[in-house]
Amino acid sequence: MKPTFRALLAGTAMVLAGGTANAETLRLLTWGGYAPEDVIAAFEAEYPDIDVEVTLSNNEEMIAKLRATGGTGFDLAQPSHDRVYAAQLEYNIYKPLDLSQINTDAMTPNLLEGVKANTTIEGEVYSVPHQWGTSGVMANMKEAPEVAGWNDLCDEQYAGRTSMRLRRTILLGTAYGMGMDPFALYADPEGYQDMLDQVTEKLIACKSVIKTYWSGGDDLSALMLSGEVVVSETWDSTAFKLYGENPDIVFVPPETGALAWIDTFTIPRGGEADDAAYKWINFVLRPEITKMMSASTGAIAAVPNGIDLMPDDKKAAISAAFDQEDLDNLKFFANIPPGIEDMEGLALERIKAAN
Amino acid sequence: MSRDAGRLSLILLFTPFALWILLLIILPQIGIGYVSIREKVGINTYEYGFKNYVDFITEPVYRNTLLRTAWMSILVTALALVIGFPIAWYIAKIAKERSRAALFLMCLIPLWVSDLVRAYGWIVLLRETGVISMTLVKWGIISQPIEMLYNDMTVIIGLVYTVILFMIVPLVSTLQGMDDALLEAGYNLGGSRITVFRRIIAPYAMPGIVAGCIITFMLTAGSYLTPILLGGKNSSWFTEQIYNQFITRYNWESGSAFGVSLLVFTSFVVWAGLRLTGQSLATTVAKE
Repeated sequence: MKPTFRALLAGTAMVLAGGTANAETLRLLTWGGYAPEDVIAAFEAEYPDIDVEVTLSNNEEMIAKLRATGGTGFDLAQPSHDRVYAAQLEYNIYKPLDLSQINTDAMTPNLLEGVKANTTIEGEVYSVPHQWGTSGVMANMKEAPEVAGWNDLCDEQYAGRTSMRLRRTILLGTAYGMGMDPFALYADPEGYQDMLDQVTEKLIACKSVIKTYWSGGDDLSALMLSGEVVVSETWDSTAFKLYGENPDIVFVPPETGALAWIDTFTIPRGGEADDAAYKWINFVLRPEITKMMSASTGAIAAVPNGIDLMPDDKKAAISAAFDQEDLDNLKFFANIPPGIEDMEGLALERIKAAN
Repeated sequence: MSRDAGRLSLILLFTPFALWILLLIILPQIGIGYVSIREKVGINTYEYGFKNYVDFITEPVYRNTLLRTAWMSILVTALALVIGFPIAWYIAKIAKERSRAALFLMCLIPLWVSDLVRAYGWIVLLRETGVISMTLVKWGIISQPIEMLYNDMTVIIGLVYTVILFMIVPLVSTLQGMDDALLEAGYNLGGSRITVFRRIIAPYAMPGIVAGCIITFMLTAGSYLTPILLGGKNSSWFTEQIYNQFITRYNWESGSAFGVSLLVFTSFVVWAGLRLTGQSLATTVAKE
């Protein structure tokens, strides 16, 4: 009995050990659409000894997951550029990048410099850019041709026909719509609280106009395509997708500037497959792969001519939405200082609970 | 020898349960309680104290949401009892032996589908361009599509639908044990339907009622998906705020304090409910 048992144990151990020795696993923690099947297949074909394992998430959950495990469990994460600095400072969940292993020449210089500036701590760079896009307003031009900015979300003439997501983006957008500059106030917590109070008041008054708060891209798509909502706060990628189904629905960069985010490559502190992670980074920045990636994410790759590498229907949607002036007017999210999220969170809860 | 064997089997049988209680209930609760008394005073610096609880009590948004959640949960529990009792009565007393299993199965089938899918089912039915609204327009009963989603009524309907089985099962099992002769005796002694219900059926079913109410109340107060997906722009639910504290604000300390508050408060509501109805856990849930 005993020898059999021991043999079984040994056998199991060998299988387990063999499994890890043969193939390295690259565990991605990323957004929906950021690891499409065809890209994974192409990557695994080129690097047969690497298995790609994908966990889908969002900014907040990425940080919560990595914080809970002390930065282990994943080999490559993709938080937005404004969410890296404070999270690293507070929870120490990432490790510095070895830039010599990354083909940074492939990246758009100003995006690369912007992300590096945002995510440098004590001289070490923690993130490089991958894809970028904006948040703004989307409108059904047949029903609401005059939409121009954040304030139209609360316009009485669209009562019961507008929507927004109740997260920090709408606080910032509304602040811009009211003529304030939230990012300039980051250094001044009292001024920021004052701004939040004004925004809260405005968004509470706005509740009678909006139909509902959307919670995800699918939710928003259903609201817009069914015609239940004609004006909404949106991610541009969702708007571009809808443009393909109904060309009346276009993304409107707010006159105060669309809010731009950059999703990054960032390596968790406990990552075990750094080589594979760097291979993935360099792989997905290749022009032919970028095209597949952008088709899936709807966002623009952080490579020169990123817009030209979009699929044709998305390119048409982008040119219908942005002109050069809009692109020059983009407001990139600034690093969130520690503590700001608490203030914003309370403002959001007050808005949600108000009648 | 046989005593040892008996003791061994007791240990073997009891160990999984003890481990479960210890590892999945007691230890996490202690952990949460510990985190909840940590105060964040700066980057990576903490002190101990009750500031998180003070914040919770002094901020009306959180207090009101907890009260609102409790109030709606009580409403859902009451509705589940009122709707579930006749169903349970039918299954336990009126249905024939053969159809009983089929009826039970029909109650059970919705639970084979996940919470999320069930909520989406309601969305497909109730939205402005959804099945019900569009059908009514087609039949000419209403002229404009109406929005039935995104209000408290929808949340309550969705929640009752989700938890009613947990009311029906304990009721059926209690009612099945009731001797029909008791009812006959009640009627023979001149009792009206109401008297028979009040003096015989209700007291007999009380263990089932209490068990069902406690389970449905706790499930409702702790539910997350249904209120968020079906609720409108004003429908804050307390579990959502706990999620927000933990995930979107990275504030585990305050989130833990909220979690402890929810547990204490719902336990208090159950205790108060038992006191008000003159019941106690020992004479109902644990009664055989």
